[in-house]
Amino acid sequence: MNILVCVSKTPETTAKITFTSDNSEFNTDGVNFIMNPYDEWYALVRAIELKEQFGGEVTIVNVGPSENDSVIRKGLAIGADKAVRINAEPKSALETAHHIANFAKEGSFDAVFLGKETIDYNGSEVSAMVAQLLDLPFVSFASKLEMEDESKATITRDIEGGEEVIEVAPPFCLSAAKGLAEQKIPNMRGIMMAKRKPLDVVEADEVSAPLEVKEFSLPPEKGEVTLIDPEDMDELVRLLHEEAKVI
Amino acid sequence: MSVIVYAESHGGAFNKKTFEVITYARKTADILGTDCIAVCHGADSPAQLGTYGAQKVVTLESDALEQFDAQTYTAAIAQAAEKLDGDTIIMQHSANGKSIIGGLAAKLNCGSVSAVNQLPSNDNGFEVIKPVFSGKAFAKYSISSDKRVLSLIGNSIPPEEMGSEDVEVESMSLDLEAPKTKVIKVDKVKGEIPLPEAELVVSAGRGMKGPENWDIIEELADELGATTACSRPVADSGWRPHHEHVGQTGIAIRPNLYLAIGISGAIQHLAGVNNSDTIVVINKDPEAPFFKAADYGVVADLFDVVPRLTEAIKRFKAS
Repeated sequence: MNILVCVSKTPETTAKITFTSDNSEFNTDGVNFIMNPYDEWYALVRAIELKEQFGGEVTIVNVGPSENDSVIRKGLAIGADKAVRINAEPKSALETAHHIANFAKEGSFDAVFLGKETIDYNGSEVSAMVAQLLDLPFVSFASKLEMEDESKATITRDIEGGEEVIEVAPPFCLSAAKGLAEQKIPNMRGIMMAKRKPLDVVEADEVSAPLEVKEFSLPPEKGEVTLIDPEDMDELVRLLHEEAKVI
Repeated sequence: MSVIVYAESHGGAFNKKTFEVITYARKTADILGTDCIAVCHGADSPAQLGTYGAQKVVTLESDALEQFDAQTYTAAIAQAAEKLDGDTIIMQHSANGKSIIGGLAAKLNCGSVSAVNQLPSNDNGFEVIKPVFSGKAFAKYSISSDKRVLSLIGNSIPPEEMGSEDVEVESMSLDLEAPKTKVIKVDKVKGEIPLPEAELVVSAGRGMKGPENWDIIEELADELGATTACSRPVADSGWRPHHEHVGQTGIAIRPNLYLAIGISGAIQHLAGVNNSDTIVVINKDPEAPFFKAADYGVVADLFDVVPRLTEAIKRFKAS
């Protein structure tokens, strides 16, 4: 089973978010970057497990500049076989999706896995876009995937207040949610081997997207917290009813 | 040109989030100086959408729509939008909405902004704001294509009765391929409002010391009519089910009330809840970072104060 796993680079979850002085760009000074957790912990690890079950290859694709190579190498250390970086700096989900789809069309993949969203732009869009551009069936928010053989996947999908179980035959595209796999820490052997695995850089086709970020802003500061006497919970209830008007 | 809003229904019924997105779409149509057409499938009373602002309702008919399939629904909405001369397509940022917004943008080759929480403006081209970096910031997007697709986060704007049920309802039959996925089972957690839809949430963390102590949380949630949630360490330790985990890598929520009990307020947790309207924090550590994000705080041992709060709510309800 040959699986393409699309990985993204995001600021780590504890990063302090600030912007350049004109608020037009994310200020990356002092920010550590990681592989997007949904891509790494769930999409990539499950893909590697399927490769171990059926044979085949796991290919990582990332769209971005050379600074992303360390994140890609980590994916190779976890167990992907090879990686491709598409050398572009997309400004929108649609551009990213076009780059990935253009690359995927050239290969023959039985499945394309992505995380359900990135933790920076939280769009949940690229996966559905890639599926559409490749004309593949798409299963979103997969929290479980079982395959008895390579002809059919049974996927549990998170929906509001529950889950759906879905059957689909490869090739298909999937977005990964928590539960799909257990996070895997690369071991020393994996890290050493990753250095010898291929990481190809391909130049991107010209794509455009009719979308741009005009300006970033930070949420307004919260006012001071109102402390309530622990002995007087009636006062808290009164405030929630009369002041906050939430009960 | 029209605004087309996809009105999701489940088991034939719309919910509050559907009405929110209808009102949002109508207000967007007003901003753009056009009309708002709702499309739906399998709803028991499509005319209800008129009440919340739809100026016309179109029911989409095709056997292919009997189950949700992202590819099929994407094709259906694209087809409907084309027939209805729609240029702006709006949907909920729900599990299903998130599964189709990207596909629609790719199919129509247009700009899309998912998870918006404010109305767009059209003074300077089409601009709309959404939270980014898991709620730690906002980004203003400008879309330059003729068409555009948006998805709206729940609880962003209240539904308003802007129209009436006396609205034109027509049906449209669509020409769709059969879905390539097959839904073989649907399991819903019974009897509880799902977290993303809950308006009141009671959430607890490691301060609870162990899963055996959750009775006081459940009693408080029952009394309030709230849904229970938890922090990541609690879910990871198996004290509570994973679907209760809220935070950056769990579910992001924005209820009217978020009551955090025994949760210190790590930045990853805050990212998933800091857009809640009102935050109450109960923690015995006055230095807990969560107090900085809270509207109301109680510095006390949760095992003392939670039962007392439950009693106070009982008295409030009785009064």
